[in-house]
Amino acid sequence: MTEFFQALTDPNFPFLRTALGMGVLASIAFGISGSFVVARRITYIAGAIAHAVLGGIGLALYLQGAHGWSFPDPMAGATIAALGSAILIAWIKMKSFEREDSLIGAVWAGGMATGLIFLSITPGYTDPMSYLFGNILILSSRDLWMVAMLDIVLLAIGILGYRHLQAICFDEEFSRIRGIKVGLYYTLLLCMVALSVVLLVSVVGIVLVVALLTLPAAIASQFSRSLIGMMAVSSLLCLTFITAGLGLSYEWDMPSGAIIILIACAAYVGSSILQHLRSANR
Amino acid sequence: MSIPAVSFRQVSFAYRKLEVLSDICLEIPNRRISCIVGPNGGGKSTLLKLILGLLTPKLGEIKVLGKNPSRSRGRIGYMPQYFHFDPQFPIDVASIVKMGRLNGNLPGFYSRNDNIIVDRVLDEVELLPMKKEVFSNLSGGQKQRVLIARALAVEPELLLLDEPTAMVDAHIEAHLLAKLRELHKRMTIVLVSHDASFVSELVDQVICVNRHAEIHPTHPISESGIEKLYPDRVKAVHHHHDLADHKHD
Repeated sequence: MTEFFQALTDPNFPFLRTALGMGVLASIAFGISGSFVVARRITYIAGAIAHAVLGGIGLALYLQGAHGWSFPDPMAGATIAALGSAILIAWIKMKSFEREDSLIGAVWAGGMATGLIFLSITPGYTDPMSYLFGNILILSSRDLWMVAMLDIVLLAIGILGYRHLQAICFDEEFSRIRGIKVGLYYTLLLCMVALSVVLLVSVVGIVLVVALLTLPAAIASQFSRSLIGMMAVSSLLCLTFITAGLGLSYEWDMPSGAIIILIACAAYVGSSILQHLRSANR
Repeated sequence: MSIPAVSFRQVSFAYRKLEVLSDICLEIPNRRISCIVGPNGGGKSTLLKLILGLLTPKLGEIKVLGKNPSRSRGRIGYMPQYFHFDPQFPIDVASIVKMGRLNGNLPGFYSRNDNIIVDRVLDEVELLPMKKEVFSNLSGGQKQRVLIARALAVEPELLLLDEPTAMVDAHIEAHLLAKLRELHKRMTIVLVSHDASFVSELVDQVICVNRHAEIHPTHPISESGIEKLYPDRVKAVHHHHDLADHKHD
């Protein structure tokens, strides 16, 4: 890891600093959104939103490559697709359609398919692997600013809307009786998840981002007494996994996204065994 | 004559084409305890949801505390069954009870007054020392009391309890009975139960629901009444031991 920390101060490796900066900023958002996702048990919805993001990225790259549009860039395209799919899924959930899980599956696969089609008709060669599994080399300092702004928005929603979001996650019916617009807050929650997903798609990729959203929160849930405590622990864990993953992938010359996720998986398995042993000894 | 706490006039309700309640007419008087009984699938929970304004009737008119149910929600305390909740949800007792202080959609924080009310109702259900305890670590009886505290934190005029004695032992039933006796002096109480016997001493009317509803007033039972009910000789059994586990409650 010494080499990694030396490289961080090296002016020839600005992408490492950008990636780590992205990790630090995204950890806060991931801690907040991930805890809601795990507590509300909506990991499959977060998965659908993450995969639908490829549709937005593909469209943005196509508009840039085929028509010379400067907006939306891939990050903005990802944000629009993530928010669009979050709102669509919230609407599906609130309408309580009979085949709700199939509809969410359609958003999941439909988003990915749209993205792949646009990537295939975009002039020149675009490698979908960067978006599917992450590539820290495609991060720019502009992305970092965008992430910082999204982070502020998420923190503000997380802090000011905490009471209502906690209530709808714990007891939707009682929240409705207390006059809370459950549909509105549920949509807000999924939009928070959508924005969080966009933050780290470039680092760990579409396929792996859900693991980083949920595994730190799942570990934190084993030791937390409250949702807010779970968020704090989850943020710290997320930051640790990203830093360790970036460091090890740099030293071993391996894909950073995969290393980050493997560390998170190992930590989850370890904490689950520890938890099991603790309850067996009681 | 005072306005009844709840009134149903020729109310019918159906889930799609399946009619669950038909032509319901009933009145629940103020400051009384009413018990809704009936078989599973008979429409008890639907009746409760109509009172709460969570469902809208297909036909007829419902008034709760003199208004449409959706406009009276803020004055209703509701206690659902505790085993509906995710046992792994990380939340402490005080955070659950504070939900009773939520009102509307305005984001922000709980006020000092909210915290005072939460402490007061927790004290009322004898759970104040456990306010920081995690909900999932509590016993069934304690969980019921947390949910009663949350309903009381609303400062309700009407208290609705859904199967308050389901999955709790006789000792907790007795504790709950004492609490209801205290509470009905200041509010109307409606409870849904598959078995009205545990509250028969307190209940003023029993509403039997099985698609239709029948209201039966209650009255004390006399020796001759028992003889009419049971033609054979009836013997009393005195329990000299206590099987209830008081350790957790």
